[in-house]
Amino acid sequence: MEQSGIKDFIAARVAKELKDGDVVNLGIGLPTLVPNYLPVGVSVTLQSENGIIGTGAVNASNHDPIHVVNAGGAAAAVAQGGSFIDSATSFGLIRGGHVDATVLGGLEVDEEGSLSNWIIPGKKMPGMGGAMDLLVGAKKVIVAMEHTAKGAPKILKKCRLPYTAVKCVTKIITEMGVMDVTPLGLVLTEYNPEFSVEEIQAATEAILIISPEIKPMFA
Amino acid sequence: MPKFISVEETAKLIPDGASIMFGGFMGCGNAHRIIDALAKSGVKDLTMIGNDASLPGGPMGEEQYGVAKLIHNHQVKKLITSHVGLNPEVATQSMQEGTLEVILVPQGSLVEMIRAAGAGLGGVLTPTGVGTIVEENPMCLGKQKINDREYLMMAPLRADFAIISGYQIDKAGNVWYRGSTSSFNIVMATAANVVIAEAEQVVEIGVIAPENVRTPGMLVDYVVEGGLY
Repeated sequence: MEQSGIKDFIAARVAKELKDGDVVNLGIGLPTLVPNYLPVGVSVTLQSENGIIGTGAVNASNHDPIHVVNAGGAAAAVAQGGSFIDSATSFGLIRGGHVDATVLGGLEVDEEGSLSNWIIPGKKMPGMGGAMDLLVGAKKVIVAMEHTAKGAPKILKKCRLPYTAVKCVTKIITEMGVMDVTPLGLVLTEYNPEFSVEEIQAATEAILIISPEIKPMFA
Repeated sequence: MPKFISVEETAKLIPDGASIMFGGFMGCGNAHRIIDALAKSGVKDLTMIGNDASLPGGPMGEEQYGVAKLIHNHQVKKLITSHVGLNPEVATQSMQEGTLEVILVPQGSLVEMIRAAGAGLGGVLTPTGVGTIVEENPMCLGKQKINDREYLMMAPLRADFAIISGYQIDKAGNVWYRGSTSSFNIVMATAANVVIAEAEQVVEIGVIAPENVRTPGMLVDYVVEGGLY
């Protein structure tokens, strides 16, 4: 598929996972596109771990980057009915299971549902920020990422980079398909009809269990 | 009652080698005027404890935003933090020059370790970081299994100073925070030997309704009026 459309394609599929009323934390990059694709009638509360419950659109009248930013440090706003909280409260909510879903990208994810996305030793040491807490605490962890990195599999038998968290991922959504993490391994439940199941397996190091109810994405 | 001092006087309080907690998140909610005074004073070998290393390029056109100034000036020898990825200077000083030690802690653990110190607790048991290299962190004291779930035991974290930032602070030292600036400021005000609070505006007692006070004045040792943005 065309590279330019991949991120939006994945984001649109992630959006179908969210339910009306969910409290959701979105990682930076691709996950921030998800709200653009929420189905009609589905409204979610976006949580920003630096201390906003219910982020809203920034406009000329509420633009105040001195006092209101999101978890990426960019100007943000609070929506009607939202609130500001401090970091201890924010992470209490995250670890305490009060966040319904988190959507974030990954460098590697494996068949046990462990994720690596915060460090490339000796090369990039940005830090984990709030990712480790979100992975451990959110009820649903959705990894939204491109299936491969320049053709090299990112969905592995076992992550080779240092873990962000172990056995935490619920679902992996890529431009090739949708995979559930189960005690038996990764179950391919949906495929993008642009690819055959064989092609998806060939781009995946982990063995995919093909769901008996497998169906095309967006069907 | 806190002592009201000038921005310049804050720098005289903080000696070389001090450990300083700084509130805020990516520069938002940093005590900007106090940081400016520290940058000017040249105080060095600081251990800075805070969520992140801020970033170059502030919203008002600042070249270095908030705590990034002190890092840029090589005044920091150790940084205990959760994220440094938006400030490339940290990678330069820690990985190439080797002049800055960085200890990375998950954000939720960091805030809770500070809260624990301020609340008189012996540490934190958190599931965050289990099975990761956080287990090798010098502040991770081991693992504990409770009801079949594993937890990391994280040490409480204190500092010599906390520099916090509020929107309004009244003459009794009560702090009201605006927007998302409360972040780490609230816990840090409880976990340092000396707390210096910067206000954009100092107000009379009563202007901040008692129920809107987020940091009670009893925690604040010094107040600085930094001016409105």
